[in-house]
Amino acid sequence: MSQIQLAKEERIGFKSPITMASIGVFVIIFFGVLGREGETVFEISRRADLIQLPSISIGSSSLGWVSGILLLLIAGYSLSSSLKNRKTPLWVSVLYGAIGVIALLGWLAAGNQVPLTFIIGTSLVLAVPIVLGAMGGLMCERVGVTNIAIEAQLLAGAFMAAVVSSITDNFFLGLISAMIGGALVSLVLAVFAIKYLAQQIIVGVVLNVLVIGITSFLFQQWLTQDAENVNFPGTLDIIKIPFLSDIPVIGPVIFENRITVFVALIFVPTLYFILFKTKLGLRARAVGEHPLAADTVGINVGRTRFWWVTMGGMSAGLGGAALTIGNAGAFGREMAGGFGFIALAVVILGRWHPISAALAALLFGFSIILRVWANQVSPGIPTDFIIMVPYVVTVIAVVAFVGQSRPPKALAIPYTKG
Amino acid sequence: MKLELRGITKRFGTLVANDAIDLVVEPGEIHALLGENGAGKSTLMNVLYGLYDPDEGEVLLDDKPQSFDGPGDAMEAGIGMVHQHFMLIPVFTVAENVALGQEPTKALGALDIAEAKKRVVDISERFGFNVDPDALVEDLPVGVQQRVEIIKALSRDARVLVLDEPTAVLTPQETDELMEIMRQLASSGTSIVFITHKLREVKAVANKITVIRLGKVVGTAKPDASTSELASMMVGREVGLTVEKSSKQVGDVVLSVENLAVLDDRGQRAVNGVSFDVRAGEILAVAGVQGNGQTELAEAIMGLRSSLTGFGKITIKGSDMTGSSVRQVLESGVGYIPEDRTSDGVVGAFTIAENMMINSSYTSRFTKGVNINFSARRKIADELVKEFDVRTPSAETLAGKLSGGNQQKVVVARELSRDVDLLIASQPTRGVDVGSIEFIHERIVIERDKGKAVVLVSTELDEVLALADRIAVMYRGKIVDIVSPETSREQLGKLMAGVAA
Repeated sequence: MSQIQLAKEERIGFKSPITMASIGVFVIIFFGVLGREGETVFEISRRADLIQLPSISIGSSSLGWVSGILLLLIAGYSLSSSLKNRKTPLWVSVLYGAIGVIALLGWLAAGNQVPLTFIIGTSLVLAVPIVLGAMGGLMCERVGVTNIAIEAQLLAGAFMAAVVSSITDNFFLGLISAMIGGALVSLVLAVFAIKYLAQQIIVGVVLNVLVIGITSFLFQQWLTQDAENVNFPGTLDIIKIPFLSDIPVIGPVIFENRITVFVALIFVPTLYFILFKTKLGLRARAVGEHPLAADTVGINVGRTRFWWVTMGGMSAGLGGAALTIGNAGAFGREMAGGFGFIALAVVILGRWHPISAALAALLFGFSIILRVWANQVSPGIPTDFIIMVPYVVTVIAVVAFVGQSRPPKALAIPYTKG
Repeated sequence: MKLELRGITKRFGTLVANDAIDLVVEPGEIHALLGENGAGKSTLMNVLYGLYDPDEGEVLLDDKPQSFDGPGDAMEAGIGMVHQHFMLIPVFTVAENVALGQEPTKALGALDIAEAKKRVVDISERFGFNVDPDALVEDLPVGVQQRVEIIKALSRDARVLVLDEPTAVLTPQETDELMEIMRQLASSGTSIVFITHKLREVKAVANKITVIRLGKVVGTAKPDASTSELASMMVGREVGLTVEKSSKQVGDVVLSVENLAVLDDRGQRAVNGVSFDVRAGEILAVAGVQGNGQTELAEAIMGLRSSLTGFGKITIKGSDMTGSSVRQVLESGVGYIPEDRTSDGVVGAFTIAENMMINSSYTSRFTKGVNINFSARRKIADELVKEFDVRTPSAETLAGKLSGGNQQKVVVARELSRDVDLLIASQPTRGVDVGSIEFIHERIVIERDKGKAVVLVSTELDEVLALADRIAVMYRGKIVDIVSPETSREQLGKLMAGVAA
């Protein structure tokens, strides 16, 4: 084929290398040249671990220099990709992000320790409600129903888990009722969206307000009056999986957790398998992309949507349980605190794909723990700045690397026959 | 399988789309259902396919009455349908599309993709379709997508196959191939219902013809009936099948396009280095199979779609209009009949009068200062409704309430009542009844005779041959050749398939 002259619009452009290089320069200047005094100690093993790995100690500003230079090298690779009109590969961006995170941690913790296992593990625990909420949202959206009521589902799940576990003294019943709570919210959404063809965004907003109202009312009138009997569930036991939990880093992070974390870890790949490798998933995606086509091959669009939306609610409800009996140990007023909306963003950031969405949720989990931890190690740095960092990173990631995403074609469009 | 429809009636509110229709299709027969746009053919087939419930009447297969709760039941009973708008999921592969609804599975409900591919390859080889089971449907040309639809129906053991306007998206050669496939299927015992409004195809392939008009069966005919006989049955009166046209008197170049390149919505090059001139007093038809860049070309000329930086120059009446806004283009004296009437042509929720002024809402004959001059608008709208024969109770009727043909006349009236030098007409008669087609064709020829330049984008070869003074054939974003209207259909078909002369 002859060489075709490419126009500006057809070129990949230099967004990625420019962004990468600017951040690299920023890291060198602020973390390297103007870096902070002192050694940073990266603790890989906890004291209680069976296998002890040595900690790595490095001067904070030297780490700034090294990582800054590495970032610039990656930016150079990205530039060469752009010159060849190729996109910067995803793994390069991921590597870039990882180095950037290490640079940030090293700078924050100058003269202090970075407990890696603790940070990663807590990120995961904090991310679980977001992950399960996002999976719930994703299940709804893949069949073409917009679910902005994830917040309501999380809250309903959190409330049910706390109350039922307290009253029955049985966590299993608590988890089941959390799923029922989430599913009930979904049922309302499903009935209005699928049967009565209502505007899905409006139904979602109303559900959010409604559930916040109901749970706050009950919290005030009932839970606070009789906290000992109805809002004192405690937390789920931490399960240690023999042998696997002794692996350095991975062991304590993954194999030593509460059941809610294990469920999330198993559910994400399972959902991926169901969506992309099974008959059920093929039909669900067909319904979300082109419901009429699905109907003409004998798939019941309404029923498919109904079930997926309900199941999605169960997932989000379980995410709610992870907030109470999986972490805090009691229900608090409006305790979902925007996690449902973050989950909504995570679905889009993850391009309606379970694995990418779960990774995006982890990023948010990390941002939460970073704020808490950074406040302890470097009281001098304004907290607001640290809170900002992950979001700035997210915005940059979306603009520079994710690009245009393609939602299910029939999203938010009610399906009517004839 | 023998198919019989008895007294099928389907009403939508007060509109009777099908009125006691009877139809019998014998096994192995190719039965053409001939009718104008809006005659009720598609409604009838959707009833047959279980998408609509009939209000009266019944469907019989091999003399047994059937009741279908949905398309699944109809398929189960052996009815397959190739819809006019393909029922394919663009982001799925061919194999996934064919498998959908009757998926082969392994343990745990996992898809058996290998088996699904094998099904596609088996049928594809049996009929010489040459379809790649792994290709994404959205990447395939429409002609191939149609074959996927046929494979889909055949893989479900369809013994009655309904083809709804299947040739609308094909080149003449592809149409011939499709007809060959139809004959092959019929000879193996499949009954075929062939829905169309194209007389030539009916005569070529059908064993029996049923004509419907305004929801009623108006008669049956043998394929040896004359074209004009069939046409008058279909329309209900004598129709002139040719457009009267004097020889052209060309003037100066009005529109000049040089090396234009445009991206489509997916970022692919839809138009790739197109150059042509159109002179005053001539009709340049841009022919080609749908989806070869014609839409994007028209949109780029109008300023609705930007051309690639460093590419292309659009000159209208000597001034450079590259990168101009739509308003600038309109004000330079260009009229535009968009391809999709309902989404781009009229605002359904506006009245006819409002639609008439929609592209001249700023200083124009419709305005007085910053206000609308209501009395002038009413007067102009009434005149235009009369002049362009829009069948409506009044000019204050909502445009959405009009039939397709009358909506299109509103668009034509709006564009031609302005003082334009260049008319871009994109699919001006798609989905329009024969009466309106005749009218619109006449108006386009009148404009040309008045010395206007006309660019006619059309995928209907009949329309192109009837109107064009020169024919530019597009294939994959390039103009293959610009030829005279005396060129044979066969030759044009080759050009439409990308074979340069």
